[in-house]
Amino acid sequence: MTIQNRESFLDNLANTLGRPRRKTGVERPKWSLSPQWEVYDGLSQDELVDVLEQQCKVIHTNFKRTNFDGLSEMLKSAIKGHDGNKVLAANDRRNKEYGLEVIFDDLKQEGVDVRLWDSAIGTENQVFAEQADIGITFSEITLAESGTITLFNDKDNGRSISLLPRVHVVIIPKSTLVPRMTQAVKQIHEANKRGREVSSCVSFISGPSNSADIEMNLIVGVHGPIEATYIVVDDK
Amino acid sequence: MGIRIGDPSFETRVQEGIENDFMLNSVASAQGRFRGRRGVATEELGNWEDWRSLGEEIRSHTLENIDYYLQQLSDNVSKRGGHVFFAATADEANEYIKEVVKRKNGKKVVKSKSMVTEEIGLNKALEEAGSEVIETDLGEWILQLDGDVPSHIVTPALHLNRDQIKETFANKRGYDKSNTPEELGLFAREELRKDFLTADIGITGCNFAVAESGAVTFVTNEGNARLATTLPDTQISVMGLERIVPTWEELDVLVSLLTRSAVGQKLTSYITGITGTRLAGEIDGPEEFHLVIVDNGRSEILGTEFQSALHCIRCAACINVCPVYRHIGGHAYGSIYPGPIGAVLTPLLDGYENHKELPHASTLCAACTDVCPVKIPLHEQLIRHREIMVEKNMAPTAEKIAMNGFVKWSTHPAAYKLSSKLARTALKPWTKDENITNGPGPLKNWTAQRDFPAPSQQTFRSWFKERQKGEKSK
Repeated sequence: MTIQNRESFLDNLANTLGRPRRKTGVERPKWSLSPQWEVYDGLSQDELVDVLEQQCKVIHTNFKRTNFDGLSEMLKSAIKGHDGNKVLAANDRRNKEYGLEVIFDDLKQEGVDVRLWDSAIGTENQVFAEQADIGITFSEITLAESGTITLFNDKDNGRSISLLPRVHVVIIPKSTLVPRMTQAVKQIHEANKRGREVSSCVSFISGPSNSADIEMNLIVGVHGPIEATYIVVDDK
Repeated sequence: MGIRIGDPSFETRVQEGIENDFMLNSVASAQGRFRGRRGVATEELGNWEDWRSLGEEIRSHTLENIDYYLQQLSDNVSKRGGHVFFAATADEANEYIKEVVKRKNGKKVVKSKSMVTEEIGLNKALEEAGSEVIETDLGEWILQLDGDVPSHIVTPALHLNRDQIKETFANKRGYDKSNTPEELGLFAREELRKDFLTADIGITGCNFAVAESGAVTFVTNEGNARLATTLPDTQISVMGLERIVPTWEELDVLVSLLTRSAVGQKLTSYITGITGTRLAGEIDGPEEFHLVIVDNGRSEILGTEFQSALHCIRCAACINVCPVYRHIGGHAYGSIYPGPIGAVLTPLLDGYENHKELPHASTLCAACTDVCPVKIPLHEQLIRHREIMVEKNMAPTAEKIAMNGFVKWSTHPAAYKLSSKLARTALKPWTKDENITNGPGPLKNWTAQRDFPAPSQQTFRSWFKERQKGEKSK
């Protein structure tokens, strides 16, 4: 794709810095400090779940915890609790493993309109997402400190699922918990270095959307989801 | 619009500010909340100074090698199907964006909050080209409906209260509900959702671009930047040339510094990294992506003693602690970049000529420097601005007369002695209970706001003489 005016623009920058243009050979230094690695260093997975639970109170997010066997009931009750009549879920590889396919079939029997993101039907996905009460995703990496779930959006996990519906429900396998953003970006950085292309959209999401633009008063629910529910699932 | 806002006269703008009680109340309470939240969020880490030092180290290295990292970024954006345009000036950036919008037949443009697009006056350029431009950040939307301009770089409508906002919604959009922020926010959600669904083009700023992979990242809470980059088929992101980090690992550090310093959040609701166009099979995201990298005066700051001003990550922590901002509000600065960083940056980007007063709009208390997450020595840079203006003979006339007078007077002992004796007598008509409440001439501006102590009955020299006598007699 096109790159315009680059040479003159960057030559000028080198010039004002009083040195020749640097096109190669710049190494990122080893930084003299690394305070980000000290945060929650050495905590167990269960301790990280506790940190996440506390942070959920700060970010106005419903926190639930269950095991593999309890997930079905927990998810169904969350969907009912949020008046979920239209539900859109990512076409995730873990749907089967976590029993979501069965749960969705049950819900359909009860008259809930449950759909999976289907790249074959194009923008119809977005139309349904806009009307949906609930969007369901799996967290890839979960940041305990900030109560953040990470999505690597792709053709089976559209950006709209976590954005357009009124409620965002996230399934968080306990093994995805890490202390903070530091561990997540390290994974992205190292994958990129190995030549694996980064997702077209990396979404770090911490609870529902909000704004403090009116008199610094917190409004929960602005352009994105108005409510969020996290379900932490203990690993098998 | 561009970088300059409001009346050309600094004094008029300040006067408007100090007479606006509504606004000053809003600013004072917002500053209080911002400071409290920032304090908690930085102290709980226990090693905030290490974080700041790391932030400074990263920003210094990146700016020292800015040509390298911008080349890497543009190569990577291009590899992922994006177009990159390097714009030396605001006009070049606007012209390029207008061309893209025209070629895509972009009738409706949704925008997320971006200070650099305010700086280059993009909305005006697009409207002249016949497009409808809709600001979708709640604060920016309020301002757009009102024909107003931002007074703060993080919460742009900080100067307005809920009643004024309700009034604007009612007059411009037929709003008929209450003045509670929740209902006002919900109304904005419903109105703007329609625009997102029908927009042809999404325009965003960029908090940090990631050189190693070509991502542009947005740090937001409302979700509007996500919508603007999810639904329209064309995305244009605009960034100042300095808004870049080497890798995702540095992104973590700078985003953490930004969200804690700006609003006291550990992270904002959304940190979103968009790389290039949507991939095969993807429905969401743009099929055409343009990244516009703007100089507009920044390169002239590189290699100078002000280079560290380009380290700024736009958190507004300096604005939130500034006593001058508190007493005059954001619009008084006459720049879309207000507060201490605005007073440093605006004359650098737009020249001293129109912003002579800004480096003086500071008490030099250094609160700004203390909170800056990337350790920009803001108050020292303000002093340098003052020195440079004196060297260039550009200091305000009143200051020049006063300073020249002071030099002559204070270097002549007889004149100094006489006038310090006479001062008390001369000011007697305005003195009451050892205070001057309505002073003459140059004292007037001071005493309009507060009392000035009357000159002491005893001069320092006579006190010192007596003291020395006393010492000797001991």
